[in-house]
Amino acid sequence: MSSSLPATEPQRTQASSHVTNDFSIQVATVNGSGSQTANLVLLRSIFQMGVPVSGKNLFPSNIAGLPTWYTIRANHRGYIARKKEIDFLVAMNPETAKDDVMALEPGRAVVYDEPLKLNALRTDLVFYPVPFDKIVAEVCSEAKLRRLVKNMIYDGILSELLSIDLAEMEKALTRQLGKKPKALALNLAALEAGKKYAAEHLPKQDPYRVAPLDKTSGQILVEGNAAAAMGCMFAGVTVVAWYPITPSSSLPESLISYMRKYRMDKETGKATFAIVQAEDEIASLGMVVGAGWAGARAMTSTSGPGISLMSEFAGLSYYAELPAVVFDIQRVGPSTGLPTRTAQGDILFAALNSHGDTRHVLLLPASVSECFDMSMAAFDLAEQLQTTIFVLSDLDLGMNTWMSESFTYPEKPLDRGKVLDEAKLRQLGAAWGRYKDVDGDGVPWRSLPGTGAPAYFTRGSGHNEMALYSEKPDDYVKNVDRLARKFDTAKTLVPQPIVQTEPDAKVGIIAYGTSHWAIEESRDQLREESGIQTSYLRLRAYPFTPAVDDFIRRHDRIYVVEQNRDGQMASLLRMDLEAALVPKLRSVLHYNGLPIDARSVTDGILAQEKVG
Amino acid sequence: MSTDAPAPVKKVNRLNLDVSSYRGSKTTLCAGCGHNAISERIIDAFFEMGVDPKRVLKLSGIGCSSKSPAYFLNPSHGFNSVHGRMPSVATGAMLANQGMLAIGVSGDGDSGAIGIGQFVHSMRRNLPLIYIIEDNGCYGLTKGQFSPTADLGSKAKNGVVNDLPPIDMCALAIELGASFVARSFSGDKKQLLSILKAAIAHRGTSMIDVISPCVTFNDHEGSTKSYAYVKDHEEPLGEVSFVPFFEDISVDYEPGSTTQVKMHDGSHLMLRKLTDDYNPSDKITAMRLLHETLRRGEFATGVIYIEPDKDDFLTSLNLVPEPLAFLPTERVRPPKAVLDQLMDALR
Repeated sequence: MSSSLPATEPQRTQASSHVTNDFSIQVATVNGSGSQTANLVLLRSIFQMGVPVSGKNLFPSNIAGLPTWYTIRANHRGYIARKKEIDFLVAMNPETAKDDVMALEPGRAVVYDEPLKLNALRTDLVFYPVPFDKIVAEVCSEAKLRRLVKNMIYDGILSELLSIDLAEMEKALTRQLGKKPKALALNLAALEAGKKYAAEHLPKQDPYRVAPLDKTSGQILVEGNAAAAMGCMFAGVTVVAWYPITPSSSLPESLISYMRKYRMDKETGKATFAIVQAEDEIASLGMVVGAGWAGARAMTSTSGPGISLMSEFAGLSYYAELPAVVFDIQRVGPSTGLPTRTAQGDILFAALNSHGDTRHVLLLPASVSECFDMSMAAFDLAEQLQTTIFVLSDLDLGMNTWMSESFTYPEKPLDRGKVLDEAKLRQLGAAWGRYKDVDGDGVPWRSLPGTGAPAYFTRGSGHNEMALYSEKPDDYVKNVDRLARKFDTAKTLVPQPIVQTEPDAKVGIIAYGTSHWAIEESRDQLREESGIQTSYLRLRAYPFTPAVDDFIRRHDRIYVVEQNRDGQMASLLRMDLEAALVPKLRSVLHYNGLPIDARSVTDGILAQEKVG
Repeated sequence: MSTDAPAPVKKVNRLNLDVSSYRGSKTTLCAGCGHNAISERIIDAFFEMGVDPKRVLKLSGIGCSSKSPAYFLNPSHGFNSVHGRMPSVATGAMLANQGMLAIGVSGDGDSGAIGIGQFVHSMRRNLPLIYIIEDNGCYGLTKGQFSPTADLGSKAKNGVVNDLPPIDMCALAIELGASFVARSFSGDKKQLLSILKAAIAHRGTSMIDVISPCVTFNDHEGSTKSYAYVKDHEEPLGEVSFVPFFEDISVDYEPGSTTQVKMHDGSHLMLRKLTDDYNPSDKITAMRLLHETLRRGEFATGVIYIEPDKDDFLTSLNLVPEPLAFLPTERVRPPKAVLDQLMDALR
């Protein structure tokens, strides 16, 4: 992979010129040291200055004591994918400081804890030594709090060095600690002490700075898991069963706090929902399937290892036709894998999850607003199609903080699908069979217990259209062929892909989920640096809709960009596309556990374009 | 008076339903299987208690036992789920609609082996659920392998001797928090019927381990779950009788001879003591009994433990009284003002 500086990098003719609103900051700390508040204040203050920003936490699977990095990218063009190169390093962790410094490109800047003597390592960087312990001792008399307050010192230093408005930092800090006056006062003092120290002792030598812009007005900052939780609440979820797992847990935990606040019955103070922390992921989906069978909107949230355990219920849901919503906040597998790193590695497993012939509907959110919207879509689809809907988010989307337009209140009423009521029963009469396709769309009418509607016997074993046990060859074939027909119906209901076609483009890019942000930037790089026009199709769901075939047909070469080793979505496309289109597919893959960046995509496409 | 025999009047229950409303499809289990007798008792119990079958959920896992919900209460929704997972499905269904009455049928392999995790946690939750284990000590559908409740030294049909100690599902259930724990024998019609009726009246988990001999794979000499062995070694704790809330208690008992338990719905469970002064509301007494009878190679049957007023899982969740499944949109989708408020907080 190329190590040369990309051309979309800020243009600098000499060291003294400014690079404004286009750089990345990395804060290297030890996990458990309380740096999260300082990092969010940094992120939010840049955001409040109107500069597009993104924050990514690269953290270990550990409670305290291991290295963690927080990367913030400010970009005036609005690029919010991870930037591969670090421009401004805050080296607070002695364990990683040396490696962190050695990895920088020449000309970059380093703020570091003075005793680490990092300036001895290289001569081609800008170094800002800061005696953190000394400064913090002056503002914080309680020794045990110093470790936490120390983080706010670097925010103050950065405020001065990067021209981040101190008032915005104070506002962001007040927002976080407003309810704890003592902590707030202490941290505000630290912020000011840091700024003062920098002003007095650290003459500006690097080019990076933030200047006010107007590109974040009205926008929000939120994590994907919180956004999905809001979506679930507005979707009218009533039963939630879950089991703790990184990076999923913050979804149900956010949901618990939203529901306790907004879904308690006003008159009685009682809950219009049940949230159960189950004994494992098998039981989680079992409860969801049981609740769906009895008519509730039910969901669970997990990550890859949980999906492995849920396979038996996912298959039951498919075959017995019971609604369920499963969030998979993907992390790096296989097995325990890298629990705190991101991937798009569960595509094939989710799409085909279960033994036997099985296909599941996947929704593929790329943004926090899609986490919100697709949560609502998922519950409608689950009931419309009477099956499990997987919402495939990932750690990067779920746990990191993203800038977004405000979410839109759903105007569309809930679609509860084909549920037998008295009128429908009268109309169908003796023609009703639980698994009988009366409408020709493969979707039968179901009856719910407790409604007085006729009962049926649900089973994961062979059944005929009257829901009676059957091992007859014809019954089996008829049933699974109808399920295939139902999957075709899904194509008319799932979110359509977003297509951007360039008239003369020979190259098409297909991507999905969080890869989207790197693609947006990479397409600009390809055009501006190499003169390559690209069209782009962003998948938002499986099954694929006819728009996907059309897109591939219209281009000579298709790069399927994804965050896994084996090109899983490309494999799924090969399974479903007409054979003539398959040779057009090529893969660009990123799977080191870090969020995908534009440069990797550009390099990956260029390498294959050059080969021809 | 006419000498003609009067036309037989169909016996009906308090809902004016006759027993046919409680029957199921024809059984496909072996002739003489204990499970069929249990299905019969379930039919009788629900009929006699006058439960609306439309208000019942029947659930099961996988195995011979788990087929049986198809053989009773046809008008009820049924769910033959996956192996060992009946408790989670029942939990979800009851969360969705707490107005239902759930009966789950499982087996000793389904609950004692593959599903022991879910068994453990459902007992711990005290979910309102009648949890029946049709216990024959072996896997019938896969042709007779030992299950975790097979007794130490029990001999399989092929001569293999079980060398692992059994799990006592009743002891486990009591330890974990089930509020009604009983053991019975599929051949003991009267006792099983009374226990089932009491379980219907109970609010909380009613775990009933019913020894139910497998006539095909585990009914031979050397088996400790055969009809002959169980008949010889059953040690009833006493006579169990049940008076539903809609009937008067008409029988007088000699003071001290009978423990009377008032059930959640107002029914009464009468436990007439035959031998020791057994107190079914004391966990330690119950555990001692189970250990002592096991040591003697006997089965204590009857209501082993009961805690009629223990909070059940659904109560602890503080739910609105209506079924969650059927709440209208306006009660489950907060108004736009809530989204606005959430968005403002993120700006």
